[in-house]
Amino acid sequence: MAQSANADLKTRLQNWIPKLVLSPSLAVILVFVYGFILFSVYLSFTDSRILPSYGWVGWENYSKLWRLSHWEISLTNMGIFALLYITLCTAIGLGLAIFLDQKIRGEGMLRPLYLYPMALSFIVTGTAWKWFLDPGIGLENVMHTWGWESFKFDWIKNRDYAIYTVVLAAVWQTSGFVMAMFLAGLRGIDNEILKAAQMDGASNWNLYRRIIIPQLRPAFLSAFVILSHLAIKTFDLVIALTGGGPGRATELPATFMYSYTFTRNQMGIGSASATIMLMAIAAIMVPYLYSELREKR
Amino acid sequence: MSVATQDTAIRTGRVTRTLIYVVLILFALFYLLPLYVMLVNSVKPLEEITGGGMMSLPDAFTIEPWKQAWASAQIGVEPTGLKPYFWNSIKMVVPAVTISTVLGALNGYVLTKWRFKGDTILFGLMLFACFIPFQIVLIPMARMLGLMGLAGSTYGLSFVHIVFGIGFTTLYFRNYYAVFPTELIRAAQIDGAGFFQIFWRILLPSSGPIAVVSVIWQFTNIWNDFLFGASFADASSQPMTVALNNLVQSSTGVKEYNVHFAGAILAAMPTLFVYIVAGRYFVRGLMAGSVKG
Repeated sequence: MAQSANADLKTRLQNWIPKLVLSPSLAVILVFVYGFILFSVYLSFTDSRILPSYGWVGWENYSKLWRLSHWEISLTNMGIFALLYITLCTAIGLGLAIFLDQKIRGEGMLRPLYLYPMALSFIVTGTAWKWFLDPGIGLENVMHTWGWESFKFDWIKNRDYAIYTVVLAAVWQTSGFVMAMFLAGLRGIDNEILKAAQMDGASNWNLYRRIIIPQLRPAFLSAFVILSHLAIKTFDLVIALTGGGPGRATELPATFMYSYTFTRNQMGIGSASATIMLMAIAAIMVPYLYSELREKR
Repeated sequence: MSVATQDTAIRTGRVTRTLIYVVLILFALFYLLPLYVMLVNSVKPLEEITGGGMMSLPDAFTIEPWKQAWASAQIGVEPTGLKPYFWNSIKMVVPAVTISTVLGALNGYVLTKWRFKGDTILFGLMLFACFIPFQIVLIPMARMLGLMGLAGSTYGLSFVHIVFGIGFTTLYFRNYYAVFPTELIRAAQIDGAGFFQIFWRILLPSSGPIAVVSVIWQFTNIWNDFLFGASFADASSQPMTVALNNLVQSSTGVKEYNVHFAGAILAAMPTLFVYIVAGRYFVRGLMAGSVKG
C-alpha cells in the first residue's frame, strides 16, 4: 500500500518535471518579450519624452508620426529597399542555384565563396562597402588613376541614389544564403519526371518554367519570409554604411525609431514607430509560423 | 552545403556551359571583392590608399595598421584599440551561447518527448520572439537591466541574447529530437528511468550534430549583434561591433582607412574562422531557421 502511494507520487512528480524545466524559458520570454511589447505599445499612447511617462494622449503620437516627413522618407526608403532587396536576392539566389546545379566542376569551391558574407557582421560589410564606394578613395578614385578621367560613381554621397548602395551591400550579404535555400530545393526534385519530360522533347527552358520552378514553391515562400523580415529590421547596415545620410536619404524605420527615441528624446513617437514595425513583421510571420506549426504529426 | 547530392537530369550544351561558368566566376569575384579590398588595404600605408591605389596590391607591405587597430587606435575617447572590446565580446558571447544552447536542448526535449496540451502554442510564442523587431523592447529592456543592476555590463548583454536566442535553439533541438525514436524513450521509462536520466543517457549522447548547429548559429548572431550592444552597453562593456563602428565613424583627425579595414577584419575573424571550420553546419543552421524539419 505504502509502496504504491510512493510510486504514485513519483509518477506525478515525473509529470510535473517537464513543465518545470520549460517554465524558466517561458517565464523569461513572457515577461521580457511579450510583457515588454505591451509596455512599449502602451508607451506609444503616452506623452513620454526623454523618460517613460504615463500621461495618456490617445492616438496623438501616431497622428504626429504620420505627419513627419522624416517618417515618410523612412517608409518610402523601406519600400524601395525591400522591393529591390527581396527581388534581387531571390533572382540572384535562384539563378546561381540553377547554374550551380548543372554538374559544375568546382561547385565545392564556389559555394563557400557565395555564402561567407552571411557570416559577417553588417558593421563589417558596411565598413568595407562604405570605403569602396566612397568617391574620394574608392572605385571612382581608382578609375581616375587608371586613366578613366570621366568616370563618376558617387551614389553613396548622392541623395537620390544612396539608398541603392544600401541595397547593393545588403544583396551582397544575403543573396548567397538564398542561393543555398534554392539549391537545397533543386536537389530534392525528382529526376524521373524530368527525364520523362525530356523524352517528350521538352526544352530546358520549359523544364524549368513548367516543372522545376513550380516545385520550388516552399523555398520561394521561406526566402520571402526571411528576406522581408530582415528588410524591416535593417539597422546596422545603414548605420555603418551611410549613417542614414546624406541628409535623411537612407533613413529606414529602424533608424528612425532609434534616433527619435534615444537622440531626439521623443519616446512616445519612437514607440509608435516601433509598434508599426512590429505590426508589419507580425503580418508576415504570424501566418507563416501558424501554417508551419499547424499539427502535421 | 548540407544539401543532398543528387545530380540534376538537365543536360546543357557547350556554349551554355561556358556562359554558366563565366557567370558563376563573375559572381564569385563579386562576393570576394570586399574581402579583397579589406585585406590588401589593411597592409598598406595610408598614402597608397588615398593616392588611388585601393585596388592594387601593397607597394610597401606593413602590418602597422593591424597593430594600431588592435592596440592603439582611438575608440571613442580612449586610444585603446579594439583589444578590450574583443574581450568584451568574448565575455558576452560565451555564457550567452552556452546557456541558450542548454536551455534549447532541454526545451526541445520537453516539447517533443513530453508533450502536453498547448505545447505547440507555447513553442510558437517562443519562436515569434526571435523575429520581432527588437526596437519594440529596447526601452523597457534598458530600464529593466538598470533595475536588475545589469545595465552597462557584459552580463546584461549576455542575458538579453539568451532571452532572444532561446527560440532559435529550441527550434533546432525540437526539430532534431522530433525524429528521434520515441519507443526508446518509452522503453527506458518502463525500465524506471526518469526525466533527466533519459535526457542524459539517451538523447544527449546523440545530440552532437545539432549542438554544433546551435552553437555556431548563436555564436554568429550574438557576435555580430549591434543593436543591443549600442543600446545597452557603456564604454567599458561595448562589444566589438560597436567599437568598430565608433572607430570608423570617428570624425576627429585623419581617416585612417587602412586601420579601419584591419579593424573590420579583426571583428570578422572569429565568425569567419567558425564559418571556415564548420561552414556546412552554419548553413544547416540557417536552413533550419527557415524551413521546418
